[in-house]
Formats: sequence, C-alpha cells, structure tokens
Amino acid sequence: MKYLLLSFLILGTFLTNAQSDKYEAAMKNNLALFDSAKSTAQFLSVANTFERIGDAEKTQWLPYYYAGLALSIPAWADPNIDKDANSTRINTLCDKAEALDTNSEIYVLRNMSATQQMMVDPQTRWQTYGTQASKDLQIATKLNPDNPRIYYLQGQSLFNTPTAFGGGKDKAKPLFEKAIVLFKADKPKPFWPNWGLESTKEQLAKCQ
Amino acid sequence: MSNKKLVAFLAFLLIYTGVFSQTLISGMVKDTKGRPIPGASITLKNSFDGATSDSLGKYSFSSSDTGLQTLTVSSVGYRSIEIILQITGKSIQLNLQIKEEPNELKAVTISAGSFAAGDSKRGAVMSSLDIATTAGSNADITAALKTLPGTQQVGEQEGLFVRGGTGQETKQFIDGSLVNNPYYSSVPDISTRGRFSPFLFKGTVFSTGGYSALYGQALSSVLLLESVDLPERSEIDASISPIVVGVGTQQLANNKKYSWGMSYSYVNVAVYFGLVSQKPDYFRLPAYHNADANFRIKTNNGGMIKYYTTFAYNDLGLRTADIDSSNLKNAFNLTNHNWYNNLSWRQPLNNGWRMTLMTSFSTNLDNIQQQVQGPDNLPHFYPDTAYMQSKNFILANKQNLTTGKAVFEKKLSGLSSFRFGVEYWYNNNPLTYNDTLKVLHDHLISGFTEVNIYLTNELAAQLGVRYEYSTLLKQSDIGPRISLAYKTGKDAQISAAYGIFYEKPDNQQLFYTTDLKFTQATHYILNYQKMSKDQIFRIEAYYKLYNNLVKTVPMGYNYFNYTNGGSGYADGIDFFWRDKKTFKDFDYWISYSYIDTKRQFMNYPSKITPDFVATNTASLVMKRFITDWKAGFNFTYTFATGRPYYNFMINNEGKYYTADQGHTKDYQSLNFSCEYIPSLGKVKPKTFIVLFASMSNVLGYNPIYGYHYSFNGQTKQPITPPANRFYFVGCFLSWGVDRTQDAINNNL
Repeated sequence: MKYLLLSFLILGTFLTNAQSDKYEAAMKNNLALFDSAKSTAQFLSVANTFERIGDAEKTQWLPYYYAGLALSIPAWADPNIDKDANSTRINTLCDKAEALDTNSEIYVLRNMSATQQMMVDPQTRWQTYGTQASKDLQIATKLNPDNPRIYYLQGQSLFNTPTAFGGGKDKAKPLFEKAIVLFKADKPKPFWPNWGLESTKEQLAKCQ
Repeated sequence: MSNKKLVAFLAFLLIYTGVFSQTLISGMVKDTKGRPIPGASITLKNSFDGATSDSLGKYSFSSSDTGLQTLTVSSVGYRSIEIILQITGKSIQLNLQIKEEPNELKAVTISAGSFAAGDSKRGAVMSSLDIATTAGSNADITAALKTLPGTQQVGEQEGLFVRGGTGQETKQFIDGSLVNNPYYSSVPDISTRGRFSPFLFKGTVFSTGGYSALYGQALSSVLLLESVDLPERSEIDASISPIVVGVGTQQLANNKKYSWGMSYSYVNVAVYFGLVSQKPDYFRLPAYHNADANFRIKTNNGGMIKYYTTFAYNDLGLRTADIDSSNLKNAFNLTNHNWYNNLSWRQPLNNGWRMTLMTSFSTNLDNIQQQVQGPDNLPHFYPDTAYMQSKNFILANKQNLTTGKAVFEKKLSGLSSFRFGVEYWYNNNPLTYNDTLKVLHDHLISGFTEVNIYLTNELAAQLGVRYEYSTLLKQSDIGPRISLAYKTGKDAQISAAYGIFYEKPDNQQLFYTTDLKFTQATHYILNYQKMSKDQIFRIEAYYKLYNNLVKTVPMGYNYFNYTNGGSGYADGIDFFWRDKKTFKDFDYWISYSYIDTKRQFMNYPSKITPDFVATNTASLVMKRFITDWKAGFNFTYTFATGRPYYNFMINNEGKYYTADQGHTKDYQSLNFSCEYIPSLGKVKPKTFIVLFASMSNVLGYNPIYGYHYSFNGQTKQPITPPANRFYFVGCFLSWGVDRTQDAINNNL
C-alpha cells in the first residue's frame, strides 16, 4: 500500500515534470531549428511546430510568438509568399499570444507583419497598413521602451526612406546606435526573444 | 512487495508514461484535383505531435498518444479539416484531401467593358491623384478618361463619346444615383468642364460597355463615381490661381464617427483673358460661383450615411461671327443656376444581407438669350427670314430630377452573391422658348436583379436583368446582362459580356412628340487582360448593334417630327498598356482604339460614319517624378485620324440629303503639366503646399473639329477651339493633415 501511494506520488511529479520538461525540450529543439532555418519551407515547418506547441500547452505565449516570427522572416525576401495571407496568419498568432501575455515583443512582430502587407502596394496601402505599423511600434514602446528591436525597426524604416523625404542613413544611424546600447543591456528571460543585434550591427556599418 | 510485482509495476509506470509506444502516422496531402500540397500543417490535437508536408506533399510523424485522437490539417488558402483517428500502436497510412478556400483577392473578377479604380479594387487604373496629374486634364475627370481607349477626342462639345456613341449615351452616377447635369452648361462650340472635382471620389469605374443591371438608360457606357468616406483628419484647404480661388474645410469628429465639410470657390477669367487672347468676343466674362457642403456619419455594424450638396452659379456672354452673313454676329448669353443633392445610406444587415438606399434631387436652370447683332453690337430682327429670325430667341430651360433607389444584396456561399432592387426617376422639365411654355413630366420606374456566381476561384459569371417603364413614353423595356470571366493564369483572365441597353430619346425630341420608343443598343464584348501591381495589359474587341435610334423628319422650317427609324452598328478593338515598373520613377500608359461605325439617326440621310468619330485614336501618357527636385513632370500626347463632316440639306421631296462632306485633318495635341511639392522632406509640415502649372497644346497645333455650314450651303466655317493654348498656374495649400506620405506614395 505504501509503495502504491509512493509510486503514485512519484508518477505525479514525474508526469508534471515530464510535461514542463517536454515543453522546455520542445522549445529548445525548435529554437535550434529556427536558428538554423534557411528556406521558406524550413521556416514554415518550424512555425507549424511552434503553433502546435502553443495549442497543446495553452498557457505559453512564446510558441505562438516564434511561430509568427518564423513566418515573417522569409516574407521579406521571398516574392512567392502571399503577403496578405501570411500576415493574416501572423496576426492570428499574435492574437493568440496576446491573450496569454501582453508585451512589447508581440507588438514588434505585429509591426513587421503590417509593414509586409503595406509593401505589397505602398501607394494605396500606406494609409491602412502603414498607419497600423506605426501604431504597433508606438504601443511596443509604451509597453517596454527599452526593447532594442523597436529602435532597430525604426532605424530600418528611416534607412529605406529617401533623404529628400526625411529619411536616409544619417537619420537612421542614431537609432541603430541606440538599439545596440539597449541590446548590450538586454537580459531576456529564458526563451524570450533576443534576436536583432547582428542585423543592427550590419545596418549601422552601412550608415558609416 | 515482491520483486516481480515491483518490476511489473515499474513496467506499468513506463508504459503509462508512454516511453515505449510510438505510432507512425504518414501519408500525402492533396487538393480536390489530386495535386500535392506542400507546407500543410498536420497536427494531432492537444499534442506537440505533427508535421509539415514537404514539397511533394508527403508528411510523416510519430506519436505516443493512443486511443481516439483528432487530426487537424490546415494550409493557408484551404479549408481546414479534422479527422478522428483510432491509434492502436499499428502505424497509420493516411492520405488527406483539402479543399481550396474561395479568396476574394485571388478570384477572377468580371472585367469585360470596365476600368475599375480605387482602394477596394486591386490594380487601380486611375486614382484621383492620377486624374489630377494627367497632363491636359487640369483635374477634370472626363479629360483624364479621354486618355483611355474607347473614347473619342471631341473637343468642341462636353461629354464622353464612347465606342461610336454620342455624349448622351454615357451617363454619370454618384454613389449610385444618376447625375442629370454632370457638366457645366453648354456653350456653342466650346467643351465645358465637369462639375465635380476628382478629389471628392475614392473610386471610379469607367465602363465602356456591358455594364451591370443596377444601371440603365445609357446606350454606350456609364461612369460610376464613389465618394470618399470619412476623411483621415480635419483640415483646411485653399487654392489660389489667376483663374480660380477657393477655400474649404473638412472636419472629422474626435470619435471618428462622423465628419462634415464645406467649400467655396470663385472662378473669374478677367485676368486670364486679359493675358491670353480668346477668339470669341466676350461681352460678359465667364464667372462661376461654386459652394458645397457634406456630412458623413458612420452607423453601427459598418454602415455609412453620406450627404453631399453643391450649388453653382455661372454667367457668360460671347459673340462669334454669323456664318450666313459677312458682318453680322451671333451673341450668346447664358446664366445658369444649379443645385445638386445626393444622400446615400449603405448598411450591412443580419445574415449576410446588405442594404443601400440612395436618393438625389437636382434642379438646373439655364437662361439663354441669343441675338443676331450688327457690327454696332445692336440687335437685328428678321421677321421675314425664318432661318435668320430663329437665331433671335430667349430660352429658359429648367431641369428637375428626383431619384430614389434601393438595392438589397445577400452574400451566398463562397464569393457568390445576389442583389435586387428598384429605382425611380422623376423628371420634370418646363421649358420656355420665347413666349411658349412646354412641360415634360416623366416617371421612370425600374426594377433589377443580378447574381454573381463563383463556380470556382477561376470561373465567375454575372447574370442580371433590368426592367424599365416610362410614364411619358408609355413604354417598357427589359434588358438582360450576362458576363463571364475565366482566369487563365497568374493575374490573367479572359472575360466576355453581352447585354441589351435602352435609353429614352432626349427631352429636346420629346418636346416635339412623345410617340417614341426607347432607343436600344446590344453589346457583345470580349477581352483579355493581365494585371499585376505595376503593369496592366488589356485588349478588348466589341460589336454594338443599335436599333430604334431617333430620326428627324423635317416638317417645315424649324418644325420637326421624330421617329424611331434609325439604326446602326459599331465594332472595334481597344488596347491598353500601363507600366509603372520598367523605368525608375516613370509611370506611363498607351491607349489605342480602332473603330468602324455607321449609323442613321437624326438628320443623317443614310447609314454613315458619324461626325464625332475618328477611326484611329491613340494616347501616350507619361509621368516622371524626380525625388531630389521634389517635382513631377507629365506629358500627354494624343493623336486621332480626321473626323468626317457633312452638310445635310432638305431636298424638294422634304428628305435630308448630303449636300457636302469631307474629312478633317488629323488631330494631335501634346499637353504638359508639372507639380512641385516643397513640403516633401519635412517630417510634419504645418502647411502642405503643392504648386501646379500646365500648358496645353505645347506644339501649337491648330485643330479643326468639324465645319459649320451656312444656310445656303455655300460657305463653311471650321470649328476650332476658342484659344490655341490653355495655361494654368496655381497653388494649393492644406493645413492640419500630414500629406507628405500621400505625395510620396503616389509618386513612387
């Protein structure tokens, strides 16, 4: 009888640990896959896996965030991706993430999603998606003004705007510099996003 | 506890935690046509287990779950499915089939016979900024549309002459309601502008034929203008130029649920005519007053109420040489009052229903006086010479139109929808000619229904029918409308349209007799187009058959009877190519139209090519924005072959015959405009400024649109524009809104 009770207790802890171990192991594995992904198909596969983890866990926002992030990365360069459908999916993932935790990183992801939709046809879409992208970054700043990724994206936006229109390297440079300072000070919690330092350094080099 | 039991118990624990049993689940994901789908996500619900199908559609994963499980399959653009599985440990081979989701953005759209533009339609052809920056338009909608194929370069009369039809055969609608007087009042041999600024509208559909059952009473084409909804922000605008000054405001409520606005502008050409001489002798320089107001209210559930009203007054008087004499003049004096109102309410209802209610009221009064004058500018009278005396008259023409329209729409499965509605026009036209008053009343009642069926994402059909009844004619008509579109490839489709269109004879004819039927045109159209974000290629062929056109029967001098004995045909090919990406910062389009048309109508003695048609017409429109200069430069070159001209006289049997005919020389014009936007580059300018300048007919060509003949047919006078060139310089200011992005994105 004693052994039975003990074994059930052990079983209980084993199972719950197994569950959280299972989650952590899955996140570790898939973050490694995410870091090494190159093709659109690889990013899509790891995004689907992250969404699966999120749907199974039901209490974690990070899997949904990484699913969205994985979908957004190839969309910058791959012309075959349907940006509207892709961003709609990213936004749904952001909604699922935000239901569990409202934070600055989700709004940074929302900003990238809106920017990608705007770029489909900037002439007609700046008023809707362009404005949405700015709003998202403003909310991200409110939620965490020390998030370095915000300044990286702002710098990117100015870098790509012609000088005659108030953009250009000189305007972008201070934002990239600010981002780098914040990256160095950034101490993200386990599994929380830590991307962007290398890209920011590359962009800053282009501004010299 | 014995060792055996412990081992059994531990084994039980291990099995329970599922360390040993893994089931392999694999298979192929395909669509309903049997094609493999890569990138689909296959998931065992509530577990981490699943896979993404590879480039061949194959998937494979293993799971330690057992028993009844739910497998979900999803892929962007397809309907997700769920399948219940029994996992027993034995590996499962499961092939999956998913169905494509109808997608509005990807689906084929009915395009035969129409150019659509605006935010809601992909591949805008002409936005309001497009219209304003097309050289030669000076922000007149009709002038910009004349650079599209299917239109004629008629310079001496206002209107859109589409595919062999007169200007009367094209009708304009704002938010669904007919506009009775879309142009300023006619002046002999001078083409007047449209009354509405392109900036009032967010969408323009210019149909060159085969239009929807929701519209009628236009034999050739309809121009559908959709007004803007709520403005982005509150603002004040002003415009200053030697010809026109104006000021206006749009105010958006803080809760962004409603807005109102008003504006006033005044046109006076005194300064301009002093600098640029005009051929006619203006004894009363043209002056125009325009005032307008609007409000827009957002209702709940995504509806919108919009009201627009505009009041215009204009006045002018000019003298031209009288053709029947050597030293006499014709003096023409016009005063116009126009008041136009448009109210519309679109409202989504429950269960996928949508309602749009529209009403409009307009009244237009033209007071015209014409006189024959001597060299002393004093009136001369000819009581014994009818044809001379008829040039002395006083005319008061009042045109009142009240319209009402209700359209109900229901979305069906997928993208299909159907709609039906009714329309009512009350036309009241009292006309006083010298001392005689005549009045026309007509109640036109219409009913229509239309269905859009999307058989697949690639094949769509639009079927409609329209019924109309006129109390004045005591006639009814019923016209079918059928369109089909088939997607042939990425961004490419072919489309076909057929329809029968009816139009009441003009009021000018109805004043003489109401014993007339509707005139009729049957359209057959076939088109192919390939439209991506930056390029549009379009080629369209058409055949129109006209019946019951109105023929004039002379009954003595200046008295006519009319019958529906006329008929005709028009066929041709229109070509359009627009490219915004091949050359950096350079946007251009090319239009070409070929038309072969003959008709017998009005005083035409037989079927001949009408005098408002040129067989070949081509336009090249170019726009280049130089970012570093913050300026844009636009050129429009138009060429058209000559138009026929005729002199019809009445022979001894009282029938019309062609006393003289010919062809005018070819027409060409090169128009230029430029805009300079100094505010570009300032992050949030307090004042947004646009400087605009234009010059028409840069090459100084002298066009001849046709000829007027003297009463005895011995003399002919060429019809030429009142001035060889038109110059415009203006400054537009706007406060309260950041328009920088607007200008950037419209020019990039």
